[in-house]
Amino acid sequence: MAAATRAAEAGQQVGLVDDNPRIGGQIWRSPRGSSSLDTSHGEEASKWRQRLMQTSVEQLQGWSIFAQPAPGQLLAESQECDSFAEALELSFDRLILATGARERFLPFPGWTLPNVMGVGGLQAMLKGGLPIAGKRIVIAGSGPLLLAVAATLKKAGGEVLHICEQAPLRQIAPFALSLLADPGKLAQGIGYRLATLGVPFSINCWPVEALGDTAIRSVVLSNNGRRQEIACDYIACGFHLVPNTELASLLGCRIENDAVVVDDFQRTTVRDIFCAGEPTGIGGLEISLLEGEISGLTAAGKISDAESLLKRRRSMQRFSDRLFRAFRLRDELRKLSQPGTLVCRCEDVPFSALQHQPSWRAAKLHTRCGMGPCQGRVCGAAASFLFGFEEHSVRPPVLPARIASLGSAAVLPLLEITDKQEIP
Amino acid sequence: MIGGGATAAGMGHIVTMDDTPAQFALSSYSQSLWSQLAPELPSNVEYAQCGTIWVATDEEEMCEVHRKLDYYLSRGSSAEVLDSEALAAAEPNLRRPLAGGLLVRSDAVLYPPCAAAYLLQEALRHNTKTIFDTAVSAANGRVQLKSGGTIHADIIINATGALSPALSPGLQVKKRKGHLIITDRYPGYVRHQLVELGYLKSAHSVATDSVAFNVQPRATGQILIGSSRQYGAEDSGVDQGILAAMIARAALYMPSLPSLSALRVWTGFRAATPDKLPLIGPTEDRTMFLATGHEGLGITTSLATARLLADHLLNRPSAIPLAPYLPTRFSRPAIEMAHA
Repeated sequence: MAAATRAAEAGQQVGLVDDNPRIGGQIWRSPRGSSSLDTSHGEEASKWRQRLMQTSVEQLQGWSIFAQPAPGQLLAESQECDSFAEALELSFDRLILATGARERFLPFPGWTLPNVMGVGGLQAMLKGGLPIAGKRIVIAGSGPLLLAVAATLKKAGGEVLHICEQAPLRQIAPFALSLLADPGKLAQGIGYRLATLGVPFSINCWPVEALGDTAIRSVVLSNNGRRQEIACDYIACGFHLVPNTELASLLGCRIENDAVVVDDFQRTTVRDIFCAGEPTGIGGLEISLLEGEISGLTAAGKISDAESLLKRRRSMQRFSDRLFRAFRLRDELRKLSQPGTLVCRCEDVPFSALQHQPSWRAAKLHTRCGMGPCQGRVCGAAASFLFGFEEHSVRPPVLPARIASLGSAAVLPLLEITDKQEIP
Repeated sequence: MIGGGATAAGMGHIVTMDDTPAQFALSSYSQSLWSQLAPELPSNVEYAQCGTIWVATDEEEMCEVHRKLDYYLSRGSSAEVLDSEALAAAEPNLRRPLAGGLLVRSDAVLYPPCAAAYLLQEALRHNTKTIFDTAVSAANGRVQLKSGGTIHADIIINATGALSPALSPGLQVKKRKGHLIITDRYPGYVRHQLVELGYLKSAHSVATDSVAFNVQPRATGQILIGSSRQYGAEDSGVDQGILAAMIARAALYMPSLPSLSALRVWTGFRAATPDKLPLIGPTEDRTMFLATGHEGLGITTSLATARLLADHLLNRPSAIPLAPYLPTRFSRPAIEMAHA
């Protein structure tokens, strides 16, 4: 939103392609049945939307970009379930990628039981209309999202039983102290904690097993060395976030340390392609907005305006670095899986089949881990944490796409050359 | 990586091909070796004898069906003709009506990377030593490795597929690029490997880019969709024009196919020779032997290739003559080929 708004305000012709049906991304988009943005994480949402609406930005909501048929061209497919909708061919002079992040899931026995959810996943389902009132929920994993989502769930009437952060105090403490110097973030953090007062919050605490038959019945935690079982209806698990770099990677942008490489002005290693926000490294909402602004201004040629924002971004970058250090995953999490615990849910690949694979590519080829419909978005991050795999090559389409869309016929004339015969 | 090159890129169709007598001999011999090996293959190889149906769209192609049938029968192989109704019953998602087809029941499919891993494991069981490295040159009993090491050997076999000319300069092997699509799971949507009879015309025209209808049911319920052939394309990127043509071609045969969800598209390079036959056997360098140039039949003919080469090296009689595949056929122009 920030990138599109800034570029449009600078007089550029801007199109915004968003794979969500509603604007605002994971955090701001409106709950089902509501037309206003979700402002539970601050008023910035309404401000940016208003600003966007005053521009001539052309919005495509509910469309996913899945391939680059040629440089400067993209193919997008509607997320509506209408199999006859045609793919759209989009061309651009400059492209800004703001593909966000996803949760990191880590396998543990029972994690594939129904009602074991992602932290952001449960929040998204709540926005989608899942009734949560009176449900007993345990939230576990790592990162600031745990508290934020706990607050949302509690507000919606959910009974949040426990919040478990895997990181030890020595990692969290410097981060918490650093918030003192950042009143905005501190207030937000305190706000979330106030909203979840009465909910036990443990650090050094992580899920070791989910129990149940047809759905989760209880979760077993390792809480500061003690085994603790809590009966619950849902467990929301998320081990911090992973940048969504697939599209950037498909377009040829260099990826390092799981993030898209950009310069100060958010320029990727591919000419005229920019990237802003979480794909360049997990840093949260504020820095993502600022990077959006910088990329929008730069793409519009307003270099000096962009430059004026760099200093603020640099101080925020320090927050990102602290975030990264604070929520680094502990080694014990690598040992949660039993041999039979599924790591890849799409292809039913157990931990034992992956243990001795020498590389991610070998794992993919010989076990088909990461080759299913999620294309490794879930198990890829888990496997790289569990087994130290690197190298994540991306093949088109970046998301599953209808075959008809893949074959979008920008280039139909070729048929005349190759298909000499017609079926009667 | 074992099975990481063309093995990973290909379909894994074990198919008897009757382009030439020599091709038929090699592919049907190799197919029989696969079928003997089948009980030993681990389940992840996903060997399934699903059969091939060569699909005929019109009467002209039905004539080809009958010619093919006679060819198979006269060589002791079996095949059966499907009429229009039988074809529709066998493959409900094909366009109706089509003229018919030829069902070759002995054809099979497998998952090549795991088959390769199994074969390596067997080799290791027989005390083979593996070195994971890249050979930068190989001649006169010496293999130079990228890492800097050298291996001395009495016998060197160049089996590097489309890359083989890099190790054996002057080799008549060219890259022939192909595209494949794999879908999400649709169990039962396709039941046999389905190949258009036009494939013979399109796949074997040497000069031009071509596409053909060729779909395969995977054990997972996924569908592999092919195929394309391009010369001179060195870039491994997906060619949108070829992809679109391939999909359009498939849609002519399976009208609902475009509504299915695709998970991945990729490309690979076949190792093509001028006469569509592989290069198997000795070269002018006494230490260098070849096992390359199998084009689209590398998985099918791998076992027979290995057997023929081993028979040659060990001076054993072989089940079929090696002569048509000898690399020397290109260096000695006077030789008249039996199949030409």
